[in-house]
Amino acid sequence: MRRNLKSGLYLGLFIAGLSLTVMGCGGGADNGTGTAGGGGAEPPPTEIVEVEGLEGLSGAVAIDGSSTVFPVTEAVAEEFQIATGSSVKVTVGISGTGGGFKKFYRGETDISDASRPILTEEIEECKKAGIEYIELPVCFDALTVAVNKDNDWVDTITVEELKKIWEPDAQGKITHWNQIRPEWPNEPIALFGAGTDSGTFDYFTEAIVGKAKSSRGDFTHSEDDNTLVQGIEGNKYALGYIPYAYFEPNQERLKALKIDKGDGNGVAPSAEAVIAGTYQPLSRPLFLYVSKKSAERPEVKKFIEFYLANVPALSQEVKYTPLPADAYPQVSERFNKLETGSAFGGVPEVGISIGDILSRPLVK
Amino acid sequence: MPDVSQLIRYRKRQDLVFNLIGLACTLFGILALVVLLADLMIDGLPRLSWQFFTSWPSRFASRAGILPAWVGSLCVMSVTLVAAVPLGIAAAVYLEEYAPKNWLTALIEINIANLAGVPSIIYGLMALGIFYGAAELGLGLKRGILLAGVTLGLLVLPIVIVTTREALRSIPSTIREAAYAAGATKWQVVRYHLVPYSLGGIATGTIIAMSRAVGETAPLITIGALTFISYLPPSPIQSKSPFVSFEWLQSGFTVLPIQMFNWTSRPIADFQQNAAATGLVLIAFTLTMNAVAIVVRYRVRKKLKW
Repeated sequence: MRRNLKSGLYLGLFIAGLSLTVMGCGGGADNGTGTAGGGGAEPPPTEIVEVEGLEGLSGAVAIDGSSTVFPVTEAVAEEFQIATGSSVKVTVGISGTGGGFKKFYRGETDISDASRPILTEEIEECKKAGIEYIELPVCFDALTVAVNKDNDWVDTITVEELKKIWEPDAQGKITHWNQIRPEWPNEPIALFGAGTDSGTFDYFTEAIVGKAKSSRGDFTHSEDDNTLVQGIEGNKYALGYIPYAYFEPNQERLKALKIDKGDGNGVAPSAEAVIAGTYQPLSRPLFLYVSKKSAERPEVKKFIEFYLANVPALSQEVKYTPLPADAYPQVSERFNKLETGSAFGGVPEVGISIGDILSRPLVK
Repeated sequence: MPDVSQLIRYRKRQDLVFNLIGLACTLFGILALVVLLADLMIDGLPRLSWQFFTSWPSRFASRAGILPAWVGSLCVMSVTLVAAVPLGIAAAVYLEEYAPKNWLTALIEINIANLAGVPSIIYGLMALGIFYGAAELGLGLKRGILLAGVTLGLLVLPIVIVTTREALRSIPSTIREAAYAAGATKWQVVRYHLVPYSLGGIATGTIIAMSRAVGETAPLITIGALTFISYLPPSPIQSKSPFVSFEWLQSGFTVLPIQMFNWTSRPIADFQQNAAATGLVLIAFTLTMNAVAIVVRYRVRKKLKW
């Protein structure tokens, strides 16, 4: 018994020592290598557009919602904190678009990040709670259909072919490349896609199959897009879809397919194609929904002003695509006039140009 | 008739084979831990620096730090400690020393054992229910540190109860009998003998419970832990009268595992190193707490001789 205790003590000391070493090494190693963590190239900090009247603000801005929009809002919030000297408490959560709206119509948040327009049920809940909202498109998100670097038989794929691969009926049937086009190899196709809880999954199925969440189930799915990148990179016969933000930094590792929406013109994913609205149907706008009542508070008002002034540059920094430059003044005007309602009327549509979103009448 | 020495040799060989299998199994576990730690260290060690502990979250991996995360973890843990430990010890003492042995107690005991196996997200959903209930009643409960700490407290309560009962049970019954023989009341036995003698076991249970709680993510995401937060909870000690403030209990927060999870899902590879470094901090934290538990248990046991 006694021996056991003693060895236990040694074990404890050993573990404590080990953990101290871990911490100690950390400090030491850092002095050697400088501040950049591991040598990855950091993008140069973006020029921040100054917004007047940030002095003397106080209070809090509560934001929650889509994890797709999160990186953009985080970047803006970070710069806003610096610009205001942290006098306003900005918080951003990632409850998902639906979860974010739940908090929004309960009045818990001022702003909701959304990767799709507000739905009819959510509009109803907002009405019930007496919450009016302002719909602000802020940037684009695009999906990339990617294959392995060594894939030399496909450059362009049609939406029809993608549907044939991904629709629920394909499960267990469409298993080889040559089933899609006879000239493609007779090899099993390895499919990679977004996890079923993600907005990416909803969006891809909506855009390709025609119905959100309607997909075959026998593919490798992950909520972590880096896993998908690795999966596609490691299998010559792989095909998968990932957010454009994940494709861009991995361009040397994957090959992106051009998307042909049926008119014979393949469009490669690129910032230019997304802005021009030609990369369809796999690009979509991302939104902020601002509560009208909150928008009357100076700290929320200034935050949105700051957001719209800086999102063109900051969204690119976190690998999203900004709206065309002439759209932002219109978005700002909508906010300044506190025009409430949604251009979609509760029905999510795919492939609408940003001009349409901004010029359509708003449905309350 | 088989040769006896051959039979013995055969049996011995069997013995050796099992021995080797057992060794291989043990080594496998250790190897997995070593590989995991080595992998984390290779990725994360260069990121661990003073700056990493004192910086706010950022879109730049090299500028980002875990200040709100570790402060949040610490605050939530302290609430968890206060919520779970007194309740757990009291429940354990009652079940072990006071409760009559009948079907009701048996039912409670089975339930506590089962409670320890409930998936943690269920606790998160329950906490969400409490939160909405409190909102209906007009109580000003926020999605803050208090709610998170109490949720995790409930999550680890069974661990505290079970380990405390183990500790109480390991005290020889002669101690109780001697105390009763000297005229002590039940309360006195508990107060002056049982609880002090089982402190080592209680400390171990508490620390195991805390190590479990510090790594939990699911229930906290359910109740709305934040991901980007650029302020710390208000200090509990104020410069103005009444000098103590409980405002921090209602404050928004994030914790280390949530920050880590968020970083692992970023497209830019440098964030993976931040995640690895956060993982190292968490592991160091857990190992240190376990080491403290071992030392405390050793100290307490050394003083006691029976």
